[in-house]
Amino acid sequence: MIHFVVHEKGDGVGVVVVEGVKSGQEISGWIMEDDKDLKVLARNDIPIGHKLALRDYAAGDTVIKYGVDIGKVVAPIKTGEHVHIHNLKTKRW
Amino acid sequence: MDLSKAGFWGYRRENGRVGVRNHVAILPVDDLSNAAAQAVENNIKGTMALPHPYGRLQFGADLDLHFRSLIGAGSNPNVAAVVVIGIEDTWAKRVADGIAATGKPVSFFGIELHGDHETIKRASKAAKEYMQWSSELRREERPLKDLWVSTKCGESDTTSGLGANPTVGNVFDKLYPHGVTLVFGETTELTGGEHLVAARCRNDEVRKKFQFVFDRYQQVIERHKTSDLMDSQPTKGNIAGGLTTIEEKALGNIQKIGRKCLVDGVLDKAETPTGPGLWFMDSSSAAAEMVTLCAASGFVVHLFPTGQCNVIGNPILPVIKLSANPRTVRTMAEHIDVDVSGLLRKELTPDQAGDRLLECMFRTANGRLTAAEALGHREFVLTRLYESA
Repeated sequence: MIHFVVHEKGDGVGVVVVEGVKSGQEISGWIMEDDKDLKVLARNDIPIGHKLALRDYAAGDTVIKYGVDIGKVVAPIKTGEHVHIHNLKTKRW
Repeated sequence: MDLSKAGFWGYRRENGRVGVRNHVAILPVDDLSNAAAQAVENNIKGTMALPHPYGRLQFGADLDLHFRSLIGAGSNPNVAAVVVIGIEDTWAKRVADGIAATGKPVSFFGIELHGDHETIKRASKAAKEYMQWSSELRREERPLKDLWVSTKCGESDTTSGLGANPTVGNVFDKLYPHGVTLVFGETTELTGGEHLVAARCRNDEVRKKFQFVFDRYQQVIERHKTSDLMDSQPTKGNIAGGLTTIEEKALGNIQKIGRKCLVDGVLDKAETPTGPGLWFMDSSSAAAEMVTLCAASGFVVHLFPTGQCNVIGNPILPVIKLSANPRTVRTMAEHIDVDVSGLLRKELTPDQAGDRLLECMFRTANGRLTAAEALGHREFVLTRLYESA
């Protein structure tokens, strides 16, 4: 079963594509670009469509998705944690 | 899907363009004329009024856009004939003359010196003639290149970038080599991915034009913003769906133009393309505004990928809705024409998803009503550039 999907192999985040992912659950991911699988331990409840970190981030780091910069980290994030507006901001506006 | 001999059944109009709907439109020039237009719609069954809140004391480029939008809407090949109603004759005639250039039947009526009753009576007589005349028009088989296809996404979430938008991209890549006229837009919603669009422009001239309109729109945001726009772009629905930044939203958005087709030209709002290929239209990212601009530019079928499900439709342009979000296709099924959620479970390949959307596009072009049409979604929303005088 695919719990989350990653666009490109270098991306630092994946997208949860099923409902009901719970903290502490080991979840399976699919990297679309090279059709590889990976497993991550979810450290938060993560709603469908929301992102989880595939690596640790410090404040000031850049998050890559689609192989491109999608913003800056504003609070530390551990692998498996929920990535959203509480810890990631735009660099543009 | 082999598209080399593909065609569709459409209505060939006087100017050679081909429509996929056969509307008789009752078009108010201004807000004051909505009541009369809607009364005519009520009198003459099958006609369609296009009420809107604008058209008074606009000036300069904003007024030009108003006329271009109304004339474009009336000129759209999905419209067989038009009755124009305005508070006074002059601007009503200007809109009617613009539409008449296509060769289609059009009449105009001014309310001043007549009142609503007399205007509704006269306009209803014209509308009845048009309705009966248009009801005898027949569809004929036309080549694929006669189909003009627009796209714009809405209430996107992360599944849009993973599934629904790349499906439109797959379709655009398949249609492009066959000389179809295509358009995308949403200028500020390319922020963070604008370099990817610039790289896809056919030549430096197009690239320069694209960069100019992109930079101009950024200046509008910079001039008026009071925050990082987290209350509006991304929208609350985008954020609920998991999109965090404008960059992330933009990169998903750009999936709609596929991987192969080039950006052949840049259009102003409601401007009509001068040839086949993929066009970028400088436009708002608000769904109803953008789709209305596509209708005014002459596009006849619209591909609308969504995540959280924007329920928008358009009176003139059939809006085909697709989603890859399994929760949306379950909870809002009545709005979704094409379910591509199988992409996220590896049950569907991008090529299969594209073919599924193409099949729906051809059925829609041949006359099948979209979900938005069946549900009565007729959002006709004109774009304004600034305050009235």
